[in-house]
Amino acid sequence: MTYRVHVRVMPRSGLLDPQGQAVEHALTALGFEEAGSVRIGRAIELDVAAGSRDEAEARARQMCDKLLANPVTEDYLLNIEED
Amino acid sequence: MTRVAVVRFPGSNCDFDTLRAVERSGAEGYFVWHREVSLQNADIVILPGGFSYGDYLRSGAIARFSPVMQAVKQHAAAGGPVLGICNGFQILCEAHLLPGALMRNAALTFVSKPVDVTVERIDTVFTADYEPGARLRMPVAHGEGRFVAPPDTLRMLEDEGRVVLRYVPATERSPYQPNPNGSAHHIAGISNAEGTVVGIMPHPERAADRALGLTGGAAFFTSLIHWHQEHSHVGVSSG
Repeated sequence: MTYRVHVRVMPRSGLLDPQGQAVEHALTALGFEEAGSVRIGRAIELDVAAGSRDEAEARARQMCDKLLANPVTEDYLLNIEED
Repeated sequence: MTRVAVVRFPGSNCDFDTLRAVERSGAEGYFVWHREVSLQNADIVILPGGFSYGDYLRSGAIARFSPVMQAVKQHAAAGGPVLGICNGFQILCEAHLLPGALMRNAALTFVSKPVDVTVERIDTVFTADYEPGARLRMPVAHGEGRFVAPPDTLRMLEDEGRVVLRYVPATERSPYQPNPNGSAHHIAGISNAEGTVVGIMPHPERAADRALGLTGGAAFFTSLIHWHQEHSHVGVSSG
């Protein structure tokens, strides 16, 4: 079985996110004054071959903990779909 | 003679400057490609600056998995000295040889200029030739040099005296070039508890030759030779 794993990596809340701040300023300058608390992370998609959804999630978590996210500065969210 | 391995990753760009600074100090320097599994009996290892793997994913994140890093970890675990400069510091953090992480500069811009730092710890392999509290001017050149760590880690680094270099805080009308990136506690470099593994953002290899205008970094390279002369009878093993 192949699962499509969507990983969303975000800078940990409380840590300064200068990219998010700069984009927020730009949005304000464009007149979108209602925009606030902009944060910028990254999205990663990958296929994972696994016997079950739980197994795919467990493996994807290991990938995040070891490489895809930095545990010091980032949090991640997983979304798993059957292909 | 002190054998110093300068590790080259795809994207390293301070490798030749670092090798030259090593050789000028009187040590025997040589390159080790990141695909190698042996450090060729290195006494000391330096991870130079650059943009290993194009900084893909995060600075240093991919280089950490290069084959040579197994040997670097074994070398460090056996008490062998390792210096990470700039991207090398980022790699040491990603490899968990040093705590914390280096994030995008607070002002978002790539910063390339001389900055002033204070040498805060001199009982390391790489700073023993400095006077305590010495103030040096060395270039930085990085987009991701803002040191961050959880509060308890920062406290531990301070309590254990593991901050090796600190930027001069930005104060009005100061004649100094201050913290360029928003680093926590103005940290420019840290070490492990033993003082054998050191990571710094400034580039001592670019401040080690009178012809380059700055010489304050040269003592990083003479320090390592003096350390080796004192410890060579111990025979630190390396992979």
